[in-house]
Amino acid sequence: MRAKNGKVSTRAVIDRQDFQQLFDHLSAQGYQLVGPRLRDNAIVYDELSAVTDLPIGYVDEQEKGSYRLTKTAQPTLFGYGLGPQSWKKYLFPPVVRLWQAQRHNGGFDVIPEDHEPRLLALIGVRPCELKAIAIQDRVFMGGAYADPIYQAQREQLFIVAVNCGKAGATCFCTSMDAGPRAASGYDLALTEILEANRHIFLVDAGSEKGEAVLRTIPQRPATDLDIAAGERIIAQTAEQMGRVLDTNRIKEMLYANYEHARWDQVAARCLMCGNCTQVCPTCFCTTVEDVTDLSAATAERRRVWDTCFSLDFSYIVGGSVRASPKARYRQWMMHKLATWIDQFGSSGCVGCGRCITWCPVGIDITEEARAIRSDSEDKRFTPATGGRKHEHA
Amino acid sequence: MTAVMQARLPAPARLRDPMLPSLYRLERLQWDTRDTFSMDLLPQNGADMPAFKPGQFNMVYVYGVGEIPISISGDPGRRDVLIHTTRAVGTVTRAMSEMKVGDTLGIRGPFGTAWPVDAVRKHDVVIIAGGIGLAPLRPAMYRILATREHFGRVVLLYGARTPGDVLYRRELKQWRSEFDLDVFVTVDRATGSWRGSVGLVTQLIGRAPFDPLNTVAMVCGPEVMMRFTTLELEKRGIDRNNIYISFERNMKCGVGLCGHCQFGSVFVCKEGPVLRYSQMQHLLSKWEI
Repeated sequence: MRAKNGKVSTRAVIDRQDFQQLFDHLSAQGYQLVGPRLRDNAIVYDELSAVTDLPIGYVDEQEKGSYRLTKTAQPTLFGYGLGPQSWKKYLFPPVVRLWQAQRHNGGFDVIPEDHEPRLLALIGVRPCELKAIAIQDRVFMGGAYADPIYQAQREQLFIVAVNCGKAGATCFCTSMDAGPRAASGYDLALTEILEANRHIFLVDAGSEKGEAVLRTIPQRPATDLDIAAGERIIAQTAEQMGRVLDTNRIKEMLYANYEHARWDQVAARCLMCGNCTQVCPTCFCTTVEDVTDLSAATAERRRVWDTCFSLDFSYIVGGSVRASPKARYRQWMMHKLATWIDQFGSSGCVGCGRCITWCPVGIDITEEARAIRSDSEDKRFTPATGGRKHEHA
Repeated sequence: MTAVMQARLPAPARLRDPMLPSLYRLERLQWDTRDTFSMDLLPQNGADMPAFKPGQFNMVYVYGVGEIPISISGDPGRRDVLIHTTRAVGTVTRAMSEMKVGDTLGIRGPFGTAWPVDAVRKHDVVIIAGGIGLAPLRPAMYRILATREHFGRVVLLYGARTPGDVLYRRELKQWRSEFDLDVFVTVDRATGSWRGSVGLVTQLIGRAPFDPLNTVAMVCGPEVMMRFTTLELEKRGIDRNNIYISFERNMKCGVGLCGHCQFGSVFVCKEGPVLRYSQMQHLLSKWEI
C-alpha cells in the first residue's frame, strides 16, 4: 500500500495451504529460514524448515515480569507476540571471535577471523523489530567505522515481516511510531487473516527481491475486501496497545531531570541484572575478552554482549564512573529515550515492551518515564492537558 | 534496500577491520617516575606508521592479557618512533611494564579527536596538566614549539602529587629555560628537597601570564581537577568555547561501537577524547554520568 521511495508495491493474497511454498522457494534459493519456534515454554527464534515448525495456535500473555503461553484451537501461524529474543542475535551475535593470535619466540602473529555471512530469511519480523534493525543499522554502519560482521550479515537477509494482529499488554509501539504496521525495511510484509471460512495472508512486496519471490508462489491479486480486512486487523491492534509512552519533548524532559528523586526509587528495586539490555532489540554494547589456551601458545579475542548495568562497564583506574545503581539505571533509560536521539537521530526505543516483560522485578520504562514527567521540577514538561504548551522555548 | 545501504556506507570502513591490531616492536622502555613509564615502539617488519594528531590515542594490546586505550605522548612531527606513556596500575599496564626490548605489542589506532593546535594560531595558549594528564598534552607542546612563531604567549601549568611524580623532568627544565615559554610546576605535597611551588594547579591560573580574551586553554588531568580548572579559567574570563578538555573513560573498541565510553551524548573515543568545555559543561557539574 505504501510505495516507499518510488518502489513498486505489489499487494497479493496467499492462501494458507500455499504458504509452505514461500518457505520452499526461499530454501531453494539458498536461504536458511529462521523464525519463531517453541522452546522451553517460550517463543524463540531458531531455524525453520516447514510451516509446521511455527508455534501454530499459540498465544501469549505478557505483563510486568510475566510471560505465559497458551495453546488454542486456532490454526493461526502468527497469533503470538514477541518472545524474549530479538533478531539482533543473527546480525550481532552474542559471542563472536574477532581474531586469534599465535605466539612465537618473542612475538606473535594475528590471524584474522573469516566471518562468512549466511543467507538468512527472517520469517515473522514484527514492525517494531524492523524499526529496531533500522536503528542498529545506524549504530553499526552509520558512523566513520562500520562493524564488518554486522554489515556483511545485513546484506544477506531476506526479511518477511508480519503485521501485528494482536497487541500485548506490554506493547507500546504506537507511542514510538514503530507499529503495528510495517512501514519499510522488509522484502515481504504479511497480514494474517483468519475468518470463519478462510485463512489467508495479505502480502506486500517492499523490494524487488520480495516481488520476485512473490511472483513464484501461488497468489492472487488482493481485492478491496481483502485489503479492508487487513486494515481492520491493524487498526484493532493499534487500539489494543497495552501501554503508552508520552514522547512529547521527552529528551528535554529527561535532561531537565537528571537529579529526580525517582531515579533513587527505581534503583532501589532494580537488581542490576541487565536482562533488559539483553532482550532489548537495539541495545548494542559489547565488551572484549582476551583469552589464551593453557600453554599460552595461542590467544584470541572475543566480543561479547555487555550491559551498562554492571559495575565493571564504566571502570577506569580509580573506580567506576557509574558506581551507584541509580547512575546505572539512569544511564540506560536516559540513553534509550534521550541521548540516543542526539547520537543517532531517533529514539533508541521501539516500544516492543520486552524490557518490561523480562524484568524480574517488573520495572516498567513507561511507568518510570511517566513518574518523572508528572513530577518534573521543570513544569513545562508536566503531562499535556491540551493546548499548545509544549512548544520549544 | 541493500543497494541503498551500500551506497551510503563510508568507503574506508571496508578497507580494514578496525578491531584488528597491527604489530609493533618494543624498542625501549624507560621509567619516568616510580610508577610511570614510557615505551618507544616501531612497526614490525618495516611497516608504515600512521600519522597521528596531538591528543589522539591508540588501543594497545599485550598478548593474552588485554587491551587498553593509551594516549600518544610523542612528537607528531617524528615519524620514526611511536611513544606511549602510562602508569603501571592495572593488569595490562603492569604486564606492559615487564616487557623486554624486542617484544611485540598490538596497536590499533590512532583514534579520537585532537587538540586544536593548528586552528588556534595567533592566540595565547595555556596548557594545564594534572599528573599523567601531561602525557596527552606533550604532543601539543611539541607541535606548538615546532611552529612557535605562530602563537602568542605559551603557558604550561603542571601539577603533580609529589616532586617524585613530576613527569618528563628533563623536558620541563628545558622548556622552563626558554625565553618564550612560561612554565609553572607545582606539587600537592612537598618532600624534603623541594623548593618549588606547593599547592593545586588551579591556584596557578589566577596569576598566569596570558590574555584571557585571546587565549585557548587545553586541559587534561583527573576529572575533579578539570572541573575546578575550568571554573578558574572561566573566572579569568576565557570563553568556554576556547577551553578544551581531554576525558578518560572505559574503552573497549575505540571506534564508537561498544558503548563503554559514553558520556552524555558523546562517545569519548569518537567525538572525544578532546572536547570543548562548552559542549560538556552541563555534565561536568553532575556526578556519575
